[in-house]
Amino acid sequence: MKKHYEVIIIGAGIVGATTARALSRYALDILWIEKEADICTGATAANSAIVHGGYDAVPGSLKAAMNVQGNALWDQLAAELHFAFARSGTYVAAIGADEACALEDLKARGDLNGVPTEIISGAEMRRREPQINPAVSTALYCPSGGLCDPWGATIAAAENAVMNGVELRLNTAFEDFLWDPDAPRRIVGIHTNQGDFYGRWVVNAAGLYADAVMHQAGLRPEFTITARRGEYYVMDRAKVQIGTVLFPVPSKISKGILVTTTLHGNTLVGPNAEEIANKEDVDVTAKGMREIWDGAQKLVPGLNRRDVIAVFAGLRPAGNAPCLTPGVDYHKDFIIEIPESVQGLVNLGGMESPALSAAPAIAQRVVELLADAGMTLQEKPTWNPLRPARPVFRHLTHEQQAALVAQDPRYGRVICRCESVTEGEIVAEIHAPIPATTYDALKRRTWLGTGRCMGGFDMPRVVDILARELGVAPLTISKKGRGSEFLFRRTKEAS
Amino acid sequence: MNKRLKTKYDVIVIGAGPGGLAAAIEAKKAGAADVLMIDRDLELGGILLQCIHNGFGVETFKEDLTGPSYAQRFIHDALTVGIEYWLDAMVLDVTPNHQVYVTGSQGGFRVVEGTAIVLAMGCRERTRAQIQLPGPRPAGVYTAGTAQRWVNVEGYVPGKNFVILGSGDIGMIMARRLTFEGAKVERVLEVMPYLTGLSRNYVQCLLDFDIQLQLRHTVKRIIGRNRVEAIEAAAVDEKWQTIPGSEEIIPCDTLLLSVGLIPENELSQKAGVALDPITGGPYVDEGFQTSLPGVFAAGNVVHVYDLVDWVTRAGQVAGRRAAQYAQCECVKEATTIPTAAGENVRYVVPHRVNPETLTTEEVMLQMRVTQPMEAAVRVEVYDGDTLITRKTERYARPGEMVSITLKGKDYDAVRQAQTLAVRVVRKE
Repeated sequence: MKKHYEVIIIGAGIVGATTARALSRYALDILWIEKEADICTGATAANSAIVHGGYDAVPGSLKAAMNVQGNALWDQLAAELHFAFARSGTYVAAIGADEACALEDLKARGDLNGVPTEIISGAEMRRREPQINPAVSTALYCPSGGLCDPWGATIAAAENAVMNGVELRLNTAFEDFLWDPDAPRRIVGIHTNQGDFYGRWVVNAAGLYADAVMHQAGLRPEFTITARRGEYYVMDRAKVQIGTVLFPVPSKISKGILVTTTLHGNTLVGPNAEEIANKEDVDVTAKGMREIWDGAQKLVPGLNRRDVIAVFAGLRPAGNAPCLTPGVDYHKDFIIEIPESVQGLVNLGGMESPALSAAPAIAQRVVELLADAGMTLQEKPTWNPLRPARPVFRHLTHEQQAALVAQDPRYGRVICRCESVTEGEIVAEIHAPIPATTYDALKRRTWLGTGRCMGGFDMPRVVDILARELGVAPLTISKKGRGSEFLFRRTKEAS
Repeated sequence: MNKRLKTKYDVIVIGAGPGGLAAAIEAKKAGAADVLMIDRDLELGGILLQCIHNGFGVETFKEDLTGPSYAQRFIHDALTVGIEYWLDAMVLDVTPNHQVYVTGSQGGFRVVEGTAIVLAMGCRERTRAQIQLPGPRPAGVYTAGTAQRWVNVEGYVPGKNFVILGSGDIGMIMARRLTFEGAKVERVLEVMPYLTGLSRNYVQCLLDFDIQLQLRHTVKRIIGRNRVEAIEAAAVDEKWQTIPGSEEIIPCDTLLLSVGLIPENELSQKAGVALDPITGGPYVDEGFQTSLPGVFAAGNVVHVYDLVDWVTRAGQVAGRRAAQYAQCECVKEATTIPTAAGENVRYVVPHRVNPETLTTEEVMLQMRVTQPMEAAVRVEVYDGDTLITRKTERYARPGEMVSITLKGKDYDAVRQAQTLAVRVVRKE
């Protein structure tokens, strides 16, 4: 018998995760698919980890509205789901008169968007961030800006969704829609590489591929998503400590190359913005690395390239959707709609920055759209908005560490030495509601392998633990799913 | 693990590799009442246990041993003299007043105190990020040491076709080891115009197996989304910029990195030990005492050695001094003479020398040269214009440590010196 879902969600980035979680509150059968071997692998996996205040979004755009609404929801989300979030405030630092004028413009935009900001002097900026370029003459401070752990937020929201009954299927790629033979333009499900699934509503949260998904439904043929690649450096936190979030004065296409602290304590430098043809191309390049380094020097000249411990690139799904608000000439807006020309689709698109910041509001908007379309939303009595935290060894005091180790000796065995990630934490993630079954999945959940040795020490040990806990051979353990296995064969088996 | 761990020891040694083992044994022999060695692995011996090739112990034992055999001699001695040890345990913190915070799967979480501490954490490998290799991040990019652990300890081969970037010793050793395992090593690329590892490893691991070494070449780009599919190699000019037109795609499934080692000093830093930005290790005196009284450093944690025998010798000195410190628990106010790196010398260890030491023992100054010199050279120690001592070597190469020993006869000159500047110059 074919199972019929009420909702099928395509894509497990931050937007898919907050949407799945928001819908899990109601008595609905929900299927959630992701083409990769884990959730949180696309645009959500590699970005600046900033919850933007919303002062720089174009006033009147959907982006501005969602950013501002979304920003306000993060405190509660973090409190319920137990992931790292801090309303740290953010700064835009200006050098010289031209840039100072640009700050005034930004401030005016913020006022229009309802986001309070404050212009502070260069001296005050230097007091708050002593390592900043002494040439900085003035700065814009946005107190509502913040920092999050995007991996932690996505995984926690997803886990809460699964705890509340959402069925998550990984390694499942959308291929086409299934249509009602009796009612043209009515979607009844999806065809995937893992078979057909039937559902009354399909939510397109496919991130970089949202254009392809909507085109399969015959929607918005002129809408395209361009992958805009951004490269980043991660600095050794033992060597560099920047305490603030520092943006340069933004350009037309991006917020610029920032130097920011992260909730993990490592300073992050980047991104550049390069439009590329291939949506899988997360190469770091010599040119890009030079570009971000030059950009970073403008904000913090004292950075030393020797202190770089990691380089990575992420892709922003940049869309070209016109803003629907009359009189607003803007062509990079979010799409959040139930289109009239097809039945059964909630269509999202153009989820570039500030989509992370906006995600909690986008999820709410999806629920509202479905309610407006006549979906019965009955809250489940069993719905639990809380996702309990699991112990994170490195965040504990020595006393708490001692107590944890006494309770479970596996928390006494440190597997990743740079980040002090213990076997207890790794095992807990392998057996979590969304099991971590690859090295990278464990990395996103525990931060193992993200330190200065880049997994050189832990990798063989983690492969061993994964194999043991999953009851499989080490040869099958992979970095990020099929085709990325670490090992080829046993020794002494050369043919 | 010794079930009856005490809360206080004369000497605590962090790390049970060759440096730590030598320090612990020597500390005990020099009269330390109790010595505790802590290591994160399941067995004593450190990285030596995965170095199953020979070439160890030629200086120390006049024998050509494998890594595990070399380690075993010291493990045997450690057990004989009664060193206590705690394995599968990680030191989380060392405080300036010698409290050591440790967690282990057995023994739980504890704080132990050492009257003297010997830091012997060794070194770690430089990673892809540190050389900022362009490309995506597929599986199949490993440091040579990680691959070595997989092959020699875990029993798995991590690839079929390899390219090795860097002519460091572990990379060359692995080129041979992987060839034994039926894998194909397509190429070894070295960005420098000279070998960075030992010449003997080039002969025994690459030449003897027809593995091509290309100097002044690097990896311009990694190719492959899930698993490495190829690398793009390119020649570099004098400024390490890739030369357009020299690119070559080399199909392979694994890229091993042997691009240098970094002393592992995050714990030292937490304890407040001052570090030399050039070596990456602590500033030490001739007894390997760091800037913190009673905290010593042994072996690769100070600077990266190319022979284990020298690590052992350094560990012995550090261990003996740690025992002496523990027994009198006094800080001797000594006048020390700073050393300095002169012509063609990148750094000198130790950073300062107490001349009085020369009345009872010799002091070896250890250094790395900046540029290779393939003709006879003189290694000279000067105080200003005054030559204190010198010796001749057949050549000097960055991949091979250079040393010169100060002896009793040099006492007067050293005592009166302002600086002990070492230079390595062509022999006229």
